[in-house]
Amino acid sequence: MTDRRTTIKLIMAAAAGVPALRRASATDPTEFQPDPRVAVDVQRYVPRMNGYGPDPNLIKAYEKGELWPLTLDPQQRQLAAALSDLIIPADEHSPSASAVGVVDFIDEWISAPYPQQRQDRETVLDGFIWLDGEARHRARRPFARLLEAQQRAICDRICDASRAPADLQRPAQFFATYRNLTAAGFYITAAGRKDLQYVGNVPLKQFDGPPVELLKRLGLV
Amino acid sequence: MPFVTPSTQRGPYDVIIVGSGAGGGQTAYTLSMEGVRVLMLEAGRKYVPAHETPMFQTPNLAPLGGSVTPDKNFGFYDATVDGGWDVPGQPYVTVPDKWGGRFTWWRARMLGGRTNHWGRISLRNGPYDFKPKSRDGLGLDWPIIYDDVAPYYDKVEMLVGVYGGNESLENTPAGPGDTLLPPPTPLVSDHLFMQRAPRVGVAVLPGRRAVLTRAQDHRTVPAKLHPGNAHAQKILAAAMRKRAPCLWATDCGRGCSVGANYQSTTVHLPPALATGNLDIITHAMVYEVTMDGSGRANGVRFIDATTGRHEHARARIVVLGASACETARILLNSKSGRYPNGLANSSGLVGRYVLDTVGSSVVGQIPLLESLPPLNENAAGGLQVYAPWWLYKEQLAHQLPFPRGYHIEYGGGKQLPDPYTFYGLEWLTGGSYGKKLKEDARRYYGSFVEFDGRGAMVPNDNCYVEIDPVVKDQFGIPVLRFHWQWGDYEQRQAVHMQETFGAIVEAMGGRVQTPVVTDPVKAISSGGQMIHEVGGTVMGADARSSVTNKWSQTWDVPNLFVADGGVFPYNADKNPTLTIMALAWRMSDHILERMRRREL
Repeated sequence: MTDRRTTIKLIMAAAAGVPALRRASATDPTEFQPDPRVAVDVQRYVPRMNGYGPDPNLIKAYEKGELWPLTLDPQQRQLAAALSDLIIPADEHSPSASAVGVVDFIDEWISAPYPQQRQDRETVLDGFIWLDGEARHRARRPFARLLEAQQRAICDRICDASRAPADLQRPAQFFATYRNLTAAGFYITAAGRKDLQYVGNVPLKQFDGPPVELLKRLGLV
Repeated sequence: MPFVTPSTQRGPYDVIIVGSGAGGGQTAYTLSMEGVRVLMLEAGRKYVPAHETPMFQTPNLAPLGGSVTPDKNFGFYDATVDGGWDVPGQPYVTVPDKWGGRFTWWRARMLGGRTNHWGRISLRNGPYDFKPKSRDGLGLDWPIIYDDVAPYYDKVEMLVGVYGGNESLENTPAGPGDTLLPPPTPLVSDHLFMQRAPRVGVAVLPGRRAVLTRAQDHRTVPAKLHPGNAHAQKILAAAMRKRAPCLWATDCGRGCSVGANYQSTTVHLPPALATGNLDIITHAMVYEVTMDGSGRANGVRFIDATTGRHEHARARIVVLGASACETARILLNSKSGRYPNGLANSSGLVGRYVLDTVGSSVVGQIPLLESLPPLNENAAGGLQVYAPWWLYKEQLAHQLPFPRGYHIEYGGGKQLPDPYTFYGLEWLTGGSYGKKLKEDARRYYGSFVEFDGRGAMVPNDNCYVEIDPVVKDQFGIPVLRFHWQWGDYEQRQAVHMQETFGAIVEAMGGRVQTPVVTDPVKAISSGGQMIHEVGGTVMGADARSSVTNKWSQTWDVPNLFVADGGVFPYNADKNPTLTIMALAWRMSDHILERMRRREL
């Protein structure tokens, strides 16, 4: 019954093993209350205060902050923008992450009442503290006011958890989370789609498939 | 006024149908087209795809970019409302299996039920699938053969509109040649799969899905489906004209506002309502079939969720299409002094032999598909090509450690970017960020392919539902308790899926995202996860070993029928929805014949 294109999202999310955006488990442990009688679990729906509920309006466009209050203060937003733009800067193809609303996307994300987002909130806010601490330790300034080279010097050590030293595993996990969120918030926008040269999501009279020349070039016909 | 309330219902009705999904929808359609007065009871709310489907909404317009949440388990834009693994106020109980796994139960409390959300993959069971025990000695045979159902597969394919190829392979039948719509043109990634999978012995066919790749033939199909019934033909022709062909955009899991794919709410219910013979009560939570003094059903009791009141609806015939496990729940809860174990349960088999589909998946990344030029690859919004099971002979010769097969659902292409598109890219990029990350995103976008194995399950005694002695739902109705245990066969089959998919990715020149899983316990999906649960009121050759006969009629109560997947004594690898509809149509024809003979 599962739609294939839904499955691919869930699998890719589940397989990578990094916390941000990880599939909310089909059977989230917080949803279960152990039954004291026997080794039996009762699956109960726990009302999620301030969530959008099981029957939201699917047609309307939602504003950030409309469904639940946002979190970040101006200083945190500056840090969020600086890090987002370090991860996705402007180039000849598209603007930077913060220019297309990624900070608002991340703020909405970490402010959401759902278990995955609550976990990511902790990761992101702790990561912000670590990042600013590291920046002040190195250059006596908050991260947002460092030169790009200084910012990169910090991030190069945490951008790949498989290479990060043991004492930087948690910051590396934060960076992975934050990069996932930045890429998510960026590539779902019109600017992100344009950057990828995505040309779908428009009604067509007929579907012709790929050009034969392309298939020939790839050795597929 | 086809939508009625408990107080405005317009009885007497000939037939009550519980549930509005594939089985209930098909039954309502077939019966109402022949003049039978039908009352349908749906537990959820009214749902109108034309007005409610988010067709072209992009993820940035949705909360959290449309991500999966506990409120919307398949993402914000999934068509399902008031449904999921948890339904408010409607708990269920699960007994963990010996590895700590748990059965999970997907429900959709809405008009059209789970037909609003599904892959639309529409495969026919083959001849072996109806007689599996005769072939290899395991499980249960159906009391019918493929030829009994084939004419109904033809009809359902023509009614709902299914695209596909007309190839017939071993145990993979096709209709007579004019029942299917043309399959969509393959994508680049499809061509690669078609070229390389044969290197590991796997043949690839066009997918079969309930999506209109062109307008339905409203001039000839109605007469084929309703010979001699001009009124029904006229209604169906009008309904077919209202459905538009595929727009080649948007994901079918959102539903379809133009009616290009099958949903009960788009295909079955509109013509049934147009006959004037169908009334529908929504928010009607049915919990009991009521009996007269002579051993016949005379109606159902339900709770009107809008008022909390207990109501009773009456009819000459009762059809349960509430979904396999919910139907078993209703029967088990229909207890009385005369029926202490529940209704239609003299065999003790109500709730037994619950089955799901074996699932296992692999994602691969294919260098040949990197950095392709811009392509619109939304296509038909789902499966384009697939590989049917190919090792029947080896299995018969006991050369494989599992007796039943699986098919491969495949997908790729440059799909609408969503929050998961570039999730966890480190395994390819080494943790790039900055301009390099943007270059990597362009390079890898559209280069991923996915393989989903969907496999047969042999029924076993450890998979069943019963009524929990303590827990009740918000209405006070006792809830189901699920027991689940995959057999060794299913687990070994899942490992075979993993190894095969790994080999195909290699043949495509790619790499797997995560190593193939060879631990049988970890390779397999959890029970219920494929949302293909069937069985629980299985059909069979006699009253001792089954709940219904070959007409889906309960052995114990002659005017009580089961229209959903509950009657499946075996779950082949083929996705169950098409077979549910075919069997419901066949059952409905039988009801009509018996009504004409005044036996019902």
